[in-house]
Formats: sequence, structure tokens, C-alpha cells
Amino acid sequence: MIDHSQAIHRGLKRAGIDFAASVPCVNLGLLLDLISHDPEMLHIPVTREEEGVGVCAGAWMGGCRPALLMQNSGLGNSINALASLDLLYGIPLLMIVSHRGSDGEPIIGQVPMGKLTSELLKTMEIPSYSPSISTAEESVVKAWNQAESQRKPAALLFDLGFWGSR
Amino acid sequence: MKRIEAITIAAEIAQAQGALLISNIGFPSRELYAIKDRSENFYMLGSMGLASSIGLGLSLAQKKRKVIVLDGDGSVLMNLGTLATIANYAPDNYLLIILDNCCYGSTGLQPTCTSDKTDLAGMARAAGTENVLKVNDPQGLKQALSEKATVILARVDPGNADVPIINLTPDQIIERFRRIFVPLEELS
Repeated sequence: MIDHSQAIHRGLKRAGIDFAASVPCVNLGLLLDLISHDPEMLHIPVTREEEGVGVCAGAWMGGCRPALLMQNSGLGNSINALASLDLLYGIPLLMIVSHRGSDGEPIIGQVPMGKLTSELLKTMEIPSYSPSISTAEESVVKAWNQAESQRKPAALLFDLGFWGSR
Repeated sequence: MKRIEAITIAAEIAQAQGALLISNIGFPSRELYAIKDRSENFYMLGSMGLASSIGLGLSLAQKKRKVIVLDGDGSVLMNLGTLATIANYAPDNYLLIILDNCCYGSTGLQPTCTSDKTDLAGMARAAGTENVLKVNDPQGLKQALSEKATVILARVDPGNADVPIINLTPDQIIERFRRIFVPLEELS
């Protein structure tokens, strides 16, 4: 999984992401370590994903390039903030999402939000991508560029297949 | 103390210090807009509960600027985790003023839990913030604003001033705010 985390981290670096808020997922553990030890990124662990949307919005207003790392369960906690803060004002945000609840999910509680995640993003007109390990780095850069140019959030969904792939 | 009196005091201090002001959804933003509109004011029109979080991110990105958040009791109760995050990560340039009128003032004065047993100043302290001040009148607020504080809880009377709606679009609010520190040519 270190290769997967490093690929995403390289993408964040190339995109110029310098600010990250997070609520952890077991699949994001190594990536969170990389970010925490990166002197060019300020990492603020938050208590809830919606709070992270607010913190990232403020960081962008102050000139940073923010990313929010979270599990897709947190998307449900963030809908109002994504809509009435980021989409309302045109605030870009890179969402790095561990997409649980797909095929092979051992935790049944992850399944309902797992099924809803892509459709919720689509309904909100937030672009989302599910890259493979070979395209992850490039996809991170492209997603941030899209978020910045279109002035809205963009999401990368990394499902169980991504983390288990070689 | 009326809320608009407290906001007036905070707005004067903010202007004198060149501070950035993040103001809460509903009447508090309208009152601030009526008192003193500035490019440095961010009027939060949606996302109830997130004023303190927006201000935190901003204060971390702009450590040389004072950032003052005007929040409410109902909004802080909606995002209580913010008190823990502030206690652990807020830089010295961050100040959260909770204007506690013990009710949801913009929706018809329905009481919040601070009208009875809940003390948000105590909760901020228990979350780990050391510099929490509690004030009840204009003099106390002015004094608190001259001291080292991360959170100020200001008790204010319920009720809204008779002020107009904010005559700015979300785009206008954020573009003029961003222009304070991001050069025009870099703005997308």
C-alpha cells in the first residue's frame, strides 16, 4: 500500500497542495503519515469532514491549495458545506476519498454510503475520478487543476480495488 | 448588551488592527454589513456552524494577519468539534468571539441549551483552550479584546437589529476578500 500512498502524495506535491485537513480511514494511514512529515504541507486533523470543508475553504481564501482527506462516509457529513460554502462561493477543494463499501467490503455499515457516493457527487455536479495506481499521480494533478479552473470541489475516489492492486 | 453593540466594538477593533473578520450566517452578518462593510469582512451566507472553521483555516494560511470570527451559540453547538480543533491547532492570530444570545436568533428566538445548563466558555476550556474570557457588557468586551485570548464568550441580549439584507453576491464577497492577499493576475 506504500506505493499507492506515495503515488497520491507525488500527485499532491506536483499539484502544489500545501494544506491538508483530514479525518482518517485505515486505507489513508500511510498517506496521512507522508503528509504529516512533509514540511511543505500543513496538516490539520479535524473532528468531522464538514469541519474540514470549512477549514479548507478558509485556507484557500488565505492563498493555500487545500486537500481534504477522508472516507466516503464523510461525504454524507459534508453535503451542506460543499453546496452552501464551496459551490456557492466558487471555492476549489481537492477531495482525496477512501471509497469504502465496494466489492469485497468486510464492514457492512460501509455499504450504504459506498453505493451512494458516486451518485451524490454526480448530483452535486462535483467531478469525481477513480484512478488506478498507474494513473493516480496524474489524476491528482488533473483533479486539482480542474477544481482550481472551475472553482469547485473535485473528488478522487480510491476504492478497495485500488488499495489492493499491484 | 445588544448583539449589534458587541459587533460594533469588534468591527472597530478589526478595522484598527487590519484584522480579517469572518461573520456568521444570518443576522450577525447583516448587522456587521450595516455597521461597517469592508473587503476584509467575509459574510458567511450558508454552511451554518462553519464560521469558526473557516476562520481557523484562514488564520493558518495568513499567520501575519489577525483573524476574528463572530460566531453564535447555536452555530458553535452545531460544530462542537471545532472547539477541540481550535484548542489544538489555532495559531496566536486567531480569535473566536461567541456572541451568546442563548437562542437561534435568526429563526425566531428558539432557545438553545446555553439558555439553561450549557456553558460554551467552560466547554472551550475543557476542549483545551487556555485563554477563554467571558464578558457581559461593552466595557468587558473592550477589555477582553485588549488581552490575550483565543475564545471570548460575550453574553448578548436576544433580538436582531433592523438592518437590510447584504447587497453583495457571493462572488463579490469572496473576490474582493481574496484580492487582499492574492495578486490579481493569479486569481482564476
